[in-house]
Amino acid sequence: MAAELVDFALVSVALLGIGIYGLAVKRNFIRMLFAVEIVINAANLNLVAFARFIPDSGGQTLALFSIAIAAAEVAVGLSLIIVAYRMYQNVDVADFRSLRG
Amino acid sequence: MADPVFLGLSVITIGSAIAALELRSLVYGSIALMGTLGGIAGFFLLLDAPFVALFQLAVYVGSIAVLILFTVMLVRRELIFKKIEDGRRRLAGIGLMMAVMISLGAVFLDSGIKGIETDEPPVDFREIGADFVVYYWPALVAMALVLAGSVTGALVLARREDTENGGGTG
Repeated sequence: MAAELVDFALVSVALLGIGIYGLAVKRNFIRMLFAVEIVINAANLNLVAFARFIPDSGGQTLALFSIAIAAAEVAVGLSLIIVAYRMYQNVDVADFRSLRG
Repeated sequence: MADPVFLGLSVITIGSAIAALELRSLVYGSIALMGTLGGIAGFFLLLDAPFVALFQLAVYVGSIAVLILFTVMLVRRELIFKKIEDGRRRLAGIGLMMAVMISLGAVFLDSGIKGIETDEPPVDFREIGADFVVYYWPALVAMALVLAGSVTGALVLARREDTENGGGTG
C-alpha cells in the first residue's frame, strides 16, 4: 500500500472535472453518455478508496450496487439513443426538440 | 507518492478519459473509454478490492463498453466522425473543468485526509458476500427487479414498429 488516500481522491477529482467538461461541451448524445460513465466511475473510485482506508466493507458493497445500477442506466440510455436516432436520423441533442413518441 | 504503478495507472486512466471525449472517431473514443474503465479496475486492485475490480471488468469493460461499441456501429458513418461544438462553449467548458478541479483539489489537499495511510488488513471479500446476503438482501432483490425492468424497458423502447418506411434494406 504505497499510495495515500489523497492521491486516489485527486485522481477522482480529475475524472469528475473531465466528465463535467464533456457534459457541458459535447452535443453528441453518445459522447455525453461517455462523460456520464466517467463521472460514475470517479464516484466509485472514491467509494472504494475511502472504504479501504477506514477500513469497512460497506464502501465496496455500495460500489457494487452502483456498478450494477450504472449498467441499467447505460442500457436505457443506449436504447434512447437508438430511438432518437430513428426519429431524427441524428445524434445531436440540440436537434431533439420534441418528446412526442 | 512515488509509486510507479499508481502513476502509470493515473496517466492511462486520465489520458484515455480525455481521449474518449476528444478523439474524432466515436469508435476509437469508445475503445479509449474501455481504457478508462480498465484503469479504474486497476485502481481497485491497488486498493485491495479484487472482487470489485473483477466486477468492474466483467460489467463495464465486458458488457457496457461492447454495448456502446455496437450502438456506435448502428449510427451513420458521417455522424461518427462529425464534431459538433463551438469554440466559445468549449472554452467555457474548459474553464468549468479547471474551476471544479482546482476548487475540489484544494479542498482535498487542505482537509485532514492528507497523509492518511493505513496498515490494517484489507476487507475480505467473504465479508462483502455475507453483507450482501445478511444485511442488504432486500436491496439486492430490489436491484434485480430494477435491472429486469430496465432491460425490459430498453427492449420495448428499441423495438421496431415503423416497417412501412424502413424499406427492405433496413
